[in-house]
Amino acid sequence: MSAAYEPVIGLEIHVQLSTRTKMFCGCELSFGDPPNVHTCPVCLGLPGALPVVNARAIHYAVMVGMALGCELAPRSIFHRKNYFYPDLPKGYQISQYDIPICSGGRLGDVRIHRAHLEEDAAKLVHVGASGRIHGADASVVDYNRGGTPLVEIVTEPDVRSAAQAREWLTLLRTTLRQLGVSDVNMEEGSLRCDANVSIRPVGSDVLGTKTELKNMNSFRFLERGVEAEIARQIAIVEGGGEVVQETLHYDPVSGSISSLRSKEEAHDYRYFPEPDLVPVVLTDEMIAAAKAELPELPAQRAERYESELGLSADSARLLAFRSELGAYFEAALKADGDSPQALANWISGELVARIGDEDPARTKVSPAAIAKLVGLVRGKQVTQGAAKQVLDRLVADGGDPEAIVEAEGLGAIGGGDELAEIVKRALESDPSAVEKLKGGNMKAIGPIVGFVMRETKGRADGGEVNRLVREQLGL
Amino acid sequence: MAATDLIALSARDAAEQIRHGHLSAQELFEAYRERAAADAAAGEEGLNAYTWVAEQAPADAPSKEAPLGGVPLAVKDLFCTAGIPSQSGSKILAGYRPPYTAHVVEQLEAAGSTILGKTNQDEFAMGSSNENSAFGAARNPWDRTRVPGGSSGGSAAAVAAGLAPWALGTDTGGSIRQPAALCGIVGLKPTYGSVSRFGMIAFASSLDQAGPFARDVSDAALLYKHMVGRDRRDSTSLQHPQEIELPSGVDLKGVRLGVPKELTGEGVESGVREAFNATLALAEQLGATVETTHLPHAPHALSAYYLIAPAEASSNLARFDGVRYGLRAEADDLLEMYVKTRAEGFGPEVKRRIMLGTYALSSGYYDAYYGRAQKVRTKIAEDFQQAFERFDFIVTPTAPTVAFRLGEKTADPLEMYLQDFCTVPMSLAGIPAISIPNGLSDGLPVGFQIAGPAFSENRLLDAAYVLEQALGFDGTEVRR
Amino acid sequence: MIDRAQVLHVARLARLDLTDEEVGTMSRELSAVLDHIEKIGELDLDDVPATSHVVDVVNALRPDEPLPSLPREQALANAPEVVDDGFGVPSPGAS
Repeated sequence: MSAAYEPVIGLEIHVQLSTRTKMFCGCELSFGDPPNVHTCPVCLGLPGALPVVNARAIHYAVMVGMALGCELAPRSIFHRKNYFYPDLPKGYQISQYDIPICSGGRLGDVRIHRAHLEEDAAKLVHVGASGRIHGADASVVDYNRGGTPLVEIVTEPDVRSAAQAREWLTLLRTTLRQLGVSDVNMEEGSLRCDANVSIRPVGSDVLGTKTELKNMNSFRFLERGVEAEIARQIAIVEGGGEVVQETLHYDPVSGSISSLRSKEEAHDYRYFPEPDLVPVVLTDEMIAAAKAELPELPAQRAERYESELGLSADSARLLAFRSELGAYFEAALKADGDSPQALANWISGELVARIGDEDPARTKVSPAAIAKLVGLVRGKQVTQGAAKQVLDRLVADGGDPEAIVEAEGLGAIGGGDELAEIVKRALESDPSAVEKLKGGNMKAIGPIVGFVMRETKGRADGGEVNRLVREQLGL
Repeated sequence: MAATDLIALSARDAAEQIRHGHLSAQELFEAYRERAAADAAAGEEGLNAYTWVAEQAPADAPSKEAPLGGVPLAVKDLFCTAGIPSQSGSKILAGYRPPYTAHVVEQLEAAGSTILGKTNQDEFAMGSSNENSAFGAARNPWDRTRVPGGSSGGSAAAVAAGLAPWALGTDTGGSIRQPAALCGIVGLKPTYGSVSRFGMIAFASSLDQAGPFARDVSDAALLYKHMVGRDRRDSTSLQHPQEIELPSGVDLKGVRLGVPKELTGEGVESGVREAFNATLALAEQLGATVETTHLPHAPHALSAYYLIAPAEASSNLARFDGVRYGLRAEADDLLEMYVKTRAEGFGPEVKRRIMLGTYALSSGYYDAYYGRAQKVRTKIAEDFQQAFERFDFIVTPTAPTVAFRLGEKTADPLEMYLQDFCTVPMSLAGIPAISIPNGLSDGLPVGFQIAGPAFSENRLLDAAYVLEQALGFDGTEVRR
Repeated sequence: MIDRAQVLHVARLARLDLTDEEVGTMSRELSAVLDHIEKIGELDLDDVPATSHVVDVVNALRPDEPLPSLPREQALANAPEVVDDGFGVPSPGAS
């Protein structure tokens, strides 16, 4: 990316709430069921049907607002957003407009502009030879999804890179998962993200023309899409052109960005207060009930790891922003709380390197086992290298680290004669290295240590080997 | 009992006789059904009051214990009735049979009502003459060359002509009261929220309210009694704070009537005004005090109404898009399907109001039109609140004219809109108002409107009852 | 006053296909009605709150408990076109 430009990114996230029933009717939420089996007069928009607000959707929205540090509207109302599309059965979407339930707030380093409640559209499947929107003969509407409660979260334009967008969305997802208000599954569409992207010369505080990048359905695509859009805008500006305000679609397969032609030449949603619904006024009971259900949230947890456990900021975030890692870490800490930072490093570094995105609680490595392993390393009973081998075994088969060390003969070879003897043989085997060491080139110690590690299968302590080499050469 | 004797019974007397085993619900149903079906079969010669008539009495008659004991009911077309055509007077819903029944109909059926038929109406309740029905105009039983009023014209004509003992209607800006007045029967527009709107095909959500049509005030009270109630499926519905009682009373002692200058002057034709003034004098004889008052914003009510109602309607009618039900026009692409379906399915008045409402909500006009109209609405409600500090009721003529001729006002929409001049202010304020027959002018019925504060229906019905008894209006001649 | 161009714009928003003649009639009739309505512009309403509901109800909420849905055949019973157990519509196309 050109160093002369700074991207300015704001995100709009649609979160499907995991209530049992839809926003305005008693039909059950579903995913993957046969079409049109979860509909009723209300969510089909039949003449005469009326919406009624789902109390739990309000409850969840209040929890989201609290988690994001938003101001909660004491009285909020619903509006109708009018436009025609087959996935919108009433010809309007019930949403919130000038009085959203949550406004302001912050999560991590990004400010929240607002969060409001609305209903999801149905699913429109384009059928026909090509399967693409253009050129398809007909389309089919499935109203199962229509009316699913959504919270739309809009951030301020505080994000400055594609990577930050991805990292922040991860934090948001973890926060929402902790809250238990959504499945937050991007592939299944329960978490959807649009990005408003613009660029400006570094140092400028004027906002450039923004484009809206729609519906990136994975974290990777979000990062790549935003990356591609930033590059596209820089190329336009550097080529002397101007960025046009438009809605764009990122195709993850080709990596290309294309313009979504507007469905209606000029959007005029004719918002007006929904006359079929009455205001939502948050009572003390409603606020207390939401507060009572708030778990410790990732940002708070990271803060606690830093201040109470003395973890580095990076470690704290690595563990706290993935709630399952944090939970695992805390379980391990219960088994052995002597060295939180070392435990944190082993979990977020070595263990994650081996298990990837899997929940560690579901692997064969019990929290107590990894705590014990870290304890063995700390007590120098096992070297770092050997411990990694033990961890390999734990990941593969589970078990007790001490027993593995015993069985495999992975115990550290401490000081004493055995290690001194091996060091001696190493020096004898490599006279040229010995020459260099004596000449003051300490880099030459590498091959010697390598020899010892091979001989001891990694059970030797690097520091001890170093000391013995110096001792035997009289350095 | 002879059919004519059956038809002569009031609904409450019929229910009473059924309860005591003197009359069979089947017999009563059949007597009305035959009359309704004969009228439906008469086409142009008839009143065209019904768009659908039951083919037979329901097989499982309601329990004799049920408070409405099997007395049949005519239901305005726009109430959804499961498996029965519910077309709201529109071509776009021609033949539409919904999978569910409106709450108020369900409730009345549970109380022992049986559905006799669905009645003609102006398309989507937009009109004051019933000439905007896709199923042809209904006619006034007092003079078949004249309109029955609207939008609930079919219900009013059916009750007036003895084609039903009573009927359900809806009132958005006068759609119960004005046809009741023009047909010489009783029509009550209740307090907004007292009757659930669930299953009523919407015209303007913040104004629509279901109410009863009946031959007399007591029957209206009985039907209304079984219509009220909080319904969880309608967020704007409320529990009526009082049990609805059958009306009683012999005089109007101590009752203070306010006569708003703004709704009783210019525009009210002389015959209507004379009848109104005569009834005011009668009220005084009965012990009431009558005083002129002001509703300063009432002259702006019609303007506010013709912004708010079309705006809500433009949105409410967006669901008629040819996707899930109703008419669909042949088209090659989606946009074409929308514009053609809606062009073919909606009549001229509905299109006019959709256009007006869309315009009033569109970008750049909202504040000047819809936003302003909502503020006028606030002022109108305040006018009434202030008036009710000094008066028990506000009284006006129901409609400024008697029934006009078919086609007389169709050329000029504004002229037609003025029919609602006296009824729209109460709709905007959400307060109850009743129209009772107030004699004849040139052989045609005139209506007297009484409006009270929200949830004052019991008092309102009592006052209407006392006046009704004193007036002694006789509508039997059109029920032959 | 609402001219032909405005009528066409509003008709497009409302998804109504108007004939040429209807556009003219609509322009005339709506202008007359708006002329009358615009009298509310004369009122001083600066500090007046808007009324969107006459009922004084808040928090009409529903418990999050499932109710039976319609059987699919019933949901589709009135559909003008059924395709693959869904509501068939012409493609959005390049409109």
